[in-house]
Amino acid sequence: MSTIHLAINDKSYSVDTDPKTSLLTVLREHLDLTGSKYGCGEGQCGACTVLIDGKAQRSCITRVGSVAGKQITTIEGLAKGDRLHPVQQAFLDEDAMQCAYCTSGMIMSAVALLQKNPGPDEKEIIDFMDGNVCRCGTYPRIVRAIQRAAKAQAPAVAKGVSR
Amino acid sequence: MRAKTNAGIFLEPERYELRAAAPYRFDLDRRDFFKFLGAGVVVVSVLKPAIVAQESGGGRQRRGESLPQQIDAWLHIGENGKVTVYTGKVEVGQNIRTSLSQAVAEELHIPINRIEMVMGDTQLTPFDMGTFGSRTTPTMNPQLRKAAAATREILIGLAASQWKTDQQQLVASDGRIVDPKSNRSIEYAALLKGQQITQSISADQPLIPATEWKVAGQPALKVDGRDFVTGKHRYPSDQKLQNMLYGKVLRQPSFNATLVSADTKTAEQMGATVVLDGNFVGVAAPSTQAAEAAIAAIHAEWKSEPQISNKELFDFLRKDAPQGKDPSGDGDHYETGSVDQAMSSADHRLQQSYTVSYIAHVPLEPRAALANWDGDQLTVWTGTQRPFGVRGQLVEAFHIPEEKVRVLMPDTGSGYGGKHTGETAIEAARLARAAKRPVKVVWTREEEFSWAYFRPAGVIDVMSGVRSDGTITAWEFHNYNSGSAGIRTYYDVPNQHIVFHEVHSPLRQGSYRALAATANHFARESHMDELAHVLKMDSLEFRLKNLKNERLRAVFEAAAKQFGWGKSKSPGQGFGMGGGYEKLGNIATFAEVNVDSKSGDVRVMRVVSAFECGAIVNPDNLRNQIEGSNVQGLGGALFEAIEFENGKILNGRLSQYRVPRFSDLPALETVMPDDRPCAGDRERDL
Ligand code: FES
Ligand code: FES
Repeated sequence: MSTIHLAINDKSYSVDTDPKTSLLTVLREHLDLTGSKYGCGEGQCGACTVLIDGKAQRSCITRVGSVAGKQITTIEGLAKGDRLHPVQQAFLDEDAMQCAYCTSGMIMSAVALLQKNPGPDEKEIIDFMDGNVCRCGTYPRIVRAIQRAAKAQAPAVAKGVSR
Repeated sequence: MRAKTNAGIFLEPERYELRAAAPYRFDLDRRDFFKFLGAGVVVVSVLKPAIVAQESGGGRQRRGESLPQQIDAWLHIGENGKVTVYTGKVEVGQNIRTSLSQAVAEELHIPINRIEMVMGDTQLTPFDMGTFGSRTTPTMNPQLRKAAAATREILIGLAASQWKTDQQQLVASDGRIVDPKSNRSIEYAALLKGQQITQSISADQPLIPATEWKVAGQPALKVDGRDFVTGKHRYPSDQKLQNMLYGKVLRQPSFNATLVSADTKTAEQMGATVVLDGNFVGVAAPSTQAAEAAIAAIHAEWKSEPQISNKELFDFLRKDAPQGKDPSGDGDHYETGSVDQAMSSADHRLQQSYTVSYIAHVPLEPRAALANWDGDQLTVWTGTQRPFGVRGQLVEAFHIPEEKVRVLMPDTGSGYGGKHTGETAIEAARLARAAKRPVKVVWTREEEFSWAYFRPAGVIDVMSGVRSDGTITAWEFHNYNSGSAGIRTYYDVPNQHIVFHEVHSPLRQGSYRALAATANHFARESHMDELAHVLKMDSLEFRLKNLKNERLRAVFEAAAKQFGWGKSKSPGQGFGMGGGYEKLGNIATFAEVNVDSKSGDVRVMRVVSAFECGAIVNPDNLRNQIEGSNVQGLGGALFEAIEFENGKILNGRLSQYRVPRFSDLPALETVMPDDRPCAGDRERDL
């Protein structure tokens, strides 16, 4: 047991736990941030995806001790007040979900992709997103949602405005 | 408690869905109803509306009586104009929360966001058999439409008597009753003050025809979509109560193992609540980690029996099957003409076997339940397609009366026919009873792979005879174990012998999305291709020659046109097709595949589906569902298969069991010959 300091969604938390505990368990069980989902526990499905210093990571295989002091963003921290992040909005507009259990992980991965590559083509989207599973098979719509978000973000990026 | 948790609950394909409706004991009388819901109008939808109408003289606005017994949904509109719909159906990603709201919004002329749907709560909603891919769901949509239409007429009636005018001249529009002649209008809410009106819908309740739909028939976005994209929605596995513990179950080393002894001392010393009851060994602790540690500290001895492996499976299924004309004895057997005679006089004969493996549903959210006892009253939140069925399992497991159990179903991370049972509900409730605190049990992916149930494996033997001109004269079809849905052929063959053989499956099995018929379609359509090949005929031409059903011909032709059937193939490329009557309606699918000449890997490049299914409430959602099942179907067709040996699953993790991913995605095209068509009574809702 040790006390670990975490910066999640621009808030600081301290958690008493074994540093080997997975970040996903800490988010869900200790902090009640249940937007990140468990799907496999072995880095195979992407349902637990969060951003760590802007990069998409699988929180189920990330030890909480290894992310102390880093900037962690979860699905709960994406919207600014009532204003959805463009990727969230695009998933809504394209109805890119059925049961939506994969959705938060999909959105987090897509945010990371667009940060790295603001105008991905279809192949780049598929390559980047291949670690995220949607068992309902909503893939075509998710691809469209990411393309739509890229378009929506394009003017902001051109003006050099970050979100 | 009886050891019902693991191998005990035996489910099978869609034919095994509970057929008998449990009697719904509805003992609220109408006064209680309004005490609970507040004043206003309640319209109940009844399972057998015609009968009830007869019994009650078909009268409307009945006052002072108790309500009918066989209710399947009800709609309440309160003094504030708020509409609440209660149905035992549940949301597992098929989007019925949205499409049912659409149907109600249409008939009541209100915006969709003024409707609240209360779903799958055994205390608040009427009894429901379950939400399956079969005909039970499509019936709910027209029922609710009727309830909403009846409510609209009551409101018109109220306005007419208030204004002392003829109700014929009044219309409903945007939450108001309007008299176009005098330009008067009044809000629904204003009409409802102090009212207590109940009515049951009649079978002949007139509905808005599909051609005049404004809301239904249009794409509608998921009603509570915002909660999902922000992570706010609480799935069953996200539920939490104060003071809650986390539960874990010690799993048997192999299926059907029996517990010989268990030493739980260390686990108890660690502070965990330990339950040892029959074959059930489980713990509850303040965190998942503590629960896992306690389980690891239990030393248990089990007795296991040798069991068959997937390598012996198909021989086993054939051998184990009872023989005879109608071996299962339940009429899954069909015979016409004389197959033997037709076979001997045929120009060509063909005999082939087709096999399908066990497939896991892999719902992305594994089974989960949170249970809480308040004295002898049990409440369970769980993800299931049959909340009332799970209530029954809890009643049986704990020997308690039905009134003492409440099951609630928060919108769940999918099911595909894989969540008909209440394993985690029983486990969590057993642990909670011992711990005297709420307990949550969430299965790991590995538990989900091993201790849920599978889509049935099967062997299908087909023998056929054809004339040189391409006419099929004989068709013999034996399905061992994989289910009888879709077993009949829709091609016109004068001599047929079709049998489903029920086998005692070595693995626990149950239904699989709307695709239980997949194995039969697969075998039949593969055999059609092989026959066409023997005859050196074009396989589309061969099918159409033997197909009279106009609607099916239409979808085949539509799909062929969209696909560009008849174009030439490049090396390694193959084209195929299949069709049939699915739960969705008539459907034909054409696929283009590529075989890698080096690795032999098969990749589906393009899938074109044509379907017609009457008036569609939410065409966009239907497209989403069809695309989804095509993607899912790819897995079963190309790479999904459960491997097992001696009562153990050998590939029960996502790193070992491949499911379709983005990169497997073919180009998907869907054509709907009739988007906004024909009769409203054939509307389907997924
Ligand atoms: S739960 Fe983390 S990748 Fe599946
Ligand atoms: S929408 Fe159900 S898993 Fe993606």
